[in-house]
Amino acid sequence: MTLPDTGLEARITPPGSAAVRRRPAWHAATVAAVSPETPNARRIVLEVPTWPGNDPGQHLDLRLTAEDGYQASRSYSIASSGEATSVVLAVDRVEDGEVSPFLVDAVEVGDALEVHGPLGGWFVWRPGVSDRPVQLVAGGSGIVPLAAIAGAHADAGDAAPFRLLYAVRTPEDVFFRTELARAGAAGVDTTIVYSRRAPVGAPVPAGRLTRETLAAAVFPPDTGALVYVCGSTPFVEQVLRWLGELGHDTTDVRAERFGGS
Amino acid sequence: MSTVVDGNALAGVLAEFLGPDASRALLRCAGCGSIGLLAQTRVHASPMGSVARCRDCDTALVTVVDGPDRHWVGFPGARAVSTSID
Repeated sequence: MTLPDTGLEARITPPGSAAVRRRPAWHAATVAAVSPETPNARRIVLEVPTWPGNDPGQHLDLRLTAEDGYQASRSYSIASSGEATSVVLAVDRVEDGEVSPFLVDAVEVGDALEVHGPLGGWFVWRPGVSDRPVQLVAGGSGIVPLAAIAGAHADAGDAAPFRLLYAVRTPEDVFFRTELARAGAAGVDTTIVYSRRAPVGAPVPAGRLTRETLAAAVFPPDTGALVYVCGSTPFVEQVLRWLGELGHDTTDVRAERFGGS
Repeated sequence: MSTVVDGNALAGVLAEFLGPDASRALLRCAGCGSIGLLAQTRVHASPMGSVARCRDCDTALVTVVDGPDRHWVGFPGARAVSTSID
């Protein structure tokens, strides 16, 4: 049977092929594990029994309630992805911050917290959707959501070409060493730029990220790479400015900025 | 004291107003007419709340005041807001 060409089409999405839509909600969470990530940061694994899962790159709002009822909430990127009810965070201590020193220094296994999420449908990447090259650019703890993306890419055996440029101060400041090595072995072409001190025997001495080091490490504009940039606001603004000067379409870049708190 | 971040930080508080995917909501700036994603706005965050501003003309698009029991959300500079249907 031939249907008349009405310009309309019935769109039936087979189950499983569409992006899972997970509505954000508040969830009770328990701290399941803590471990030092760097001298200044801590990995915190939350067990969230009602967590619906999350896409690589998403974040959550974490709420603390003091005994007097005072509440403070902050956004944290999620380093894990998929259906699991364990949610991995890595929190950098911000001196004079209100929430992060508590999470890095004081929170212990068994503590109860509240989380709101999963959040964000813009700064996400899903494996198996596109073979478009992906360029990840991280400054400091901005690696957290990008580690989730690189990890999902590696775990899925996804075919898209991937590169990661990671700017940190010293070798001790590198987050997710094991996970990034695994992603590297799975084909994520990784460049780490050390601003203050490079590892012994490093081919390139320590120095701040420059437009030239950026240009040498990232996919050229003509590859049409989808670029994700995450870091402090000044880092992200600088990288976006350079990407624009190098000919990248910065309106297409996915950026996520964080401040100190 | 306020810090400057971007609209991704408002995805949680605005989920009740702009839908589950608030960071991909589109805002039409009443100041200059440009359209942009909430995720791409410039957000000034302070202990009292946040203001999301247009990257092109600095108009205050969205204001969020954090109270002890409720949020006050205003859209002083957003002429229209678009959320996705799917």
